[in-house]
Amino acid sequence: MAGKISIDTERCKGCGLCVMICPKKCILTAPDSNQNGYFPAQATNAGCTGCAQCAIVCPEGIIEVCWDDAERIRIVEIAGKPDAPRLIEEKA
Amino acid sequence: MKAVHKRTPVLKDCPTHYCPGCGHGIAHRILAEVIDELGIQGRTIGIAPVGCAVLAYNYLDVDMIEVAHGRAPAVATGMKRTNPDSIVFSYQGDGDLAAIGTAEILHAAHRAEPLTVIFINNAVFGMTGGQMAPTTTLGQVTATTPAGRQARGEGYPLQVSEILALLPGTVYVERCALSGTVSIKRAKAAIKHAFELQMDGAPGLSLVEVLSPCPTYWRMSPGDAMKWIKEEMSQVFPIARLKG
Ligand code: SF4
Ligand code: SF4
Ligand code: SF4
Repeated sequence: MAGKISIDTERCKGCGLCVMICPKKCILTAPDSNQNGYFPAQATNAGCTGCAQCAIVCPEGIIEVCWDDAERIRIVEIAGKPDAPRLIEEKA
Repeated sequence: MKAVHKRTPVLKDCPTHYCPGCGHGIAHRILAEVIDELGIQGRTIGIAPVGCAVLAYNYLDVDMIEVAHGRAPAVATGMKRTNPDSIVFSYQGDGDLAAIGTAEILHAAHRAEPLTVIFINNAVFGMTGGQMAPTTTLGQVTATTPAGRQARGEGYPLQVSEILALLPGTVYVERCALSGTVSIKRAKAAIKHAFELQMDGAPGLSLVEVLSPCPTYWRMSPGDAMKWIKEEMSQVFPIARLKG
């Protein structure tokens, strides 16, 4: 597994943007609501590549993305988009 | 495992009051990331608008003031002139900048004030209940245009950025969107550029217009709101680097 995300589900508003955007479909909507009555996003991390697209669309800023160090170099090379690796490298 | 994307320090660690899927949250985050990346937290002064983002100062950990509706560019002018070493930005919605504050933004731009303006355009008055704004698109249903906006009687969507780009007092005008990961990254790069211009002492105003989803008053799911920006709103407000 290359990537792993964690979501602060108590602060999630269940907007579903991360669920919609994840190319690996590894974020689901939880069946139970949080304290505020929202049905939060739930990370399964199955097949997560650590692309961080979920974190980029999240309006609440509550998704943290981690990478396996060994896999990281591979992703930077494959991504090939000028902005993506820069953002990610600076945050590493 | 190493964290590659986490909450940036300028974005205060607290929940927002925004509706689920609101673009303001995304705009705040990229703005906070830019301030952190440029290392200007200590000398940045923000001007909060009236509108849904009226509480922006609760979320951004920089010095901020809240001003009367639409007057942000006027107050920012005074701020910058008396604190020339500070980096001054205003964060304004379309009701604030394109309706009641049209005079202020136009004249701040025509005076070539070296400010950075973040203009959030969501085509409605969100805070007051989703009424028509000058930026509402033709045919768009709002609380005050239940049959859709008609040019005859209600006028055309106001393209503020195009108008400002014509003025010699602006150095940079770009329109971006929050409609997906690529456009969000583009918006962040534009905001960064606008701040860099001010840091470099560029002789004029820089403005980034951000087409931002308001799922509540567009009466759509957050995902559909992003699609609507891509498919409909950006036809009326083309995504483009208009100047600089
Ligand atoms: S990092 Fe990418 S693959 Fe992993 S959950 Fe987020 S969007 Fe999906
Ligand atoms: S994008 Fe953020 S707020 Fe929206 S469902 Fe995902 S984690 Fe929750
Ligand atoms: S009304 Fe619209 S702009 Fe205001 S917080 Fe809700 S979604 Fe955001």
